Amino acid sequence: MEDCGLVSHAAADASARSVAATAPSINDSAIAVDDVSLSYGGKGAGVLALDRISFDIPDGSFVAIVGPSGCGKSTILKILAGLLPPTSGQARLRGSPITGPRRDIGVVFQSPVLFPWRDVLANVMLPGDVQRLDKAEMRQRALDLVKLVGLSGFEHRYPRELSGGMQQRVGIIRALLHDPALLLMDEPFGALDAMTRETMNVELQRIWMERKKTVLFITHSTSEAVFLADRVIAMTPRPGRIADAFVVDLPRPRPLEVMNTPEFGAYVKRVRVALNSGGGLD
Amino acid sequence: MRRSGKFILRLLLIAAMLGLWEGCVWYFKIRAFILPPPSEVFLALYRGFANNLYPEHIGVTLMETFLGFVLGTALAFILGTFVALSRRVEYFLYPFIVMFQAMPKVALAPLIIVWFGLGLTSKVINAALVAFFPLMVNTIVGLRSAEEDRINLMRSLAASKWQIFWMLRLPNALPFIFAGLEIAMIFALIGAIVAEFIGAEKGLGMLIQSMNINVDVAGQFSILLILSAIGLVLNGIVGMTRRRLLFWDAAAQGNAAAVVEEKKL
Ligand SMILES: Nc1ncnc2c1ncn2[C@@H]1O[C@H](COP(=O)(O)OP(=O)(O)O)[C@@H](O)[C@H]1O
Ligand SMILES: [Mg+2]
Repeated sequence: MEDCGLVSHAAADASARSVAATAPSINDSAIAVDDVSLSYGGKGAGVLALDRISFDIPDGSFVAIVGPSGCGKSTILKILAGLLPPTSGQARLRGSPITGPRRDIGVVFQSPVLFPWRDVLANVMLPGDVQRLDKAEMRQRALDLVKLVGLSGFEHRYPRELSGGMQQRVGIIRALLHDPALLLMDEPFGALDAMTRETMNVELQRIWMERKKTVLFITHSTSEAVFLADRVIAMTPRPGRIADAFVVDLPRPRPLEVMNTPEFGAYVKRVRVALNSGGGLD
Repeated sequence: MRRSGKFILRLLLIAAMLGLWEGCVWYFKIRAFILPPPSEVFLALYRGFANNLYPEHIGVTLMETFLGFVLGTALAFILGTFVALSRRVEYFLYPFIVMFQAMPKVALAPLIIVWFGLGLTSKVINAALVAFFPLMVNTIVGLRSAEEDRINLMRSLAASKWQIFWMLRLPNALPFIFAGLEIAMIFALIGAIVAEFIGAEKGLGMLIQSMNINVDVAGQFSILLILSAIGLVLNGIVGMTRRRLLFWDAAAQGNAAAVVEEKKL
C-alpha cells in the first residue's frame, strides 16, 4: 500500500515538471511513447520494424499489446527496457527520456531465461545481486515471492528440475524482486500449453492486483490480451503500426468464465477486426 | 546382473587378447626385440618398480606435466578472455593465433631444448605450449556463447560489463573451459614426453629413448603402460572436478570433453 502512494507521488512530480517545461506530455503516464520509429540496420536501407508508434501507459494500469509475430512487439519492449534506442521519436518513463537500462524496470522474457547454475532462490535474487541491494532483505523478499507463486519447497531446486510452467513463474517473480514500478512482459506464456497458460493468466492477474504495478504485457493471443488488460493495443506488421487501441471494461478479479460472456466476445472480435484490417491492406 | 555379466565378458576378452599375444610370440618364435610377450612386459614393469628406477622418472614427468599444464592453461585463460571480450585485441592477435594454431607445436621442441637446456624448464615450457591452444580456443568460444536473451536480461537490470562477465559469461563458459582443460591435460603430458625425447636427463620419455637404444623393448612397453595409466588418472581428476563443479550442466555429467575441440576461431 505504501509504495503505491510513493509511485503515484513520483508520477505526479514528473508530470508537474513536464507541465512546467511546457512539454506536451499526458498526465499520470508511467510510459509515454511518442512517434517512435525503429528500423533495424539504420535509417532508409534497413527493415522498418516500427512506423511512428504513439501510445501511453497510465500509472498502475495493465496494458496489453497484441499482434501477429513480426509486427514489432518485442522491439517496443526492447526500446522501453532501454536495450535499443529508437531510430526516431522518443519513449519516456515518468517524463524523462529512456536512454538506457534502468533499475526500476522489471523484464520478463518469452523464455524464462534462468541461469542453470543458480537454484530457484538464487535466480530470483539475481536483480538484487546485480544492483547490490541488501542481501538479507532480498532473501526475505525472494522467499515471499516464491511462496506467492506456489513454489515453496522448490527454493533450492535447479532450473533443469522444474517444469516449463514453474520455470516461467520463477522468471516472473525474479522481475518483481527489486520492486520495479514498471513490469515489461514479452509473451511470457507463449511457450506454455493452453491449460497451464490459463492458470498462469489467473495467477498473473492475482499478483498484479496484489502488487499494483504498471504492466506492459505483450502477446499474440487476443483472448489473453482481453482477459488480462485494462487497455488493449492491437498492432499490424510490415511496418509495425497500431491498428486499434481501446479500454477493456470488465470487473476484476476476472474469473476464467468471463471468457464465455458476450462482452468478452465483443472485445475479442474488436481485436480480430483490427488485426485483419492490417492484413487486408497487404 | 547383466552389467556384471558384461564386465566379466570384458575382462575375459582382455585376458584372451593377452593370451593370444603370448601364444603368437611363442608359436611364431618372434624375437623379443621385435615384440616381447606380455609376461616379459609385466616382468619389466615389476623390476622397474622393485629396483626403484621407475618412481623417480614418473615423478619427474608428472612434475613437468603439472607445471606445464598450470602455466599453459593459466596463460590460455587470460589471453582467451582478452580476445573474447575485446574485438580489438582479437583483431591484432588474430594473425599470430592462426599461424601458431596451424603449426604442430611439438615441432618446436628441439628449439626449446636449445633455448632452455636439458632440465625441467624446457619440458615445462614445451608442455605449456602444447596445452595452451585447446584451452584458449575453448575459453574464447565459451565466453562468447552466452545467449542473447541472458545478456539482455543482465543489461535490462543495468548490470555493468564486469558483472555480465562475472555472473553470466564466465559460469556459462565453464563447460567449454573444462572440455578444454581435459584436452590440455593430456596435451601437456604429450608435450613433456616429446621434449624428453629430444633431450633430457630424467623422465619417462628419456627412459623410453635409452631403452630403445639398448633394445629393451619389453621395458618400453612397460613405460607405455605407465603412461596410459598416468593419462587415465590425470583425465579422471579433471573429469571429476568438472562433474563436481558443473553439477548444474546436464551435458557435463556424461563425457562431454572434446565437444568443441574442433571449433576454430
Ligand atoms: N536484430 C534484428 N535485426 C534485423 N531485423 C530484426 C531484428 N529483430 C527483429 N527484426 C525484425 O523486425 C521485425 C519486428 O520484430 P519483433 O519486434 O521481434 O516482432 P515480434 O516480437 O512482434 O514478433 C521483424 O520483421 C523482424 O524480422
Ligand atoms: Mg517477439
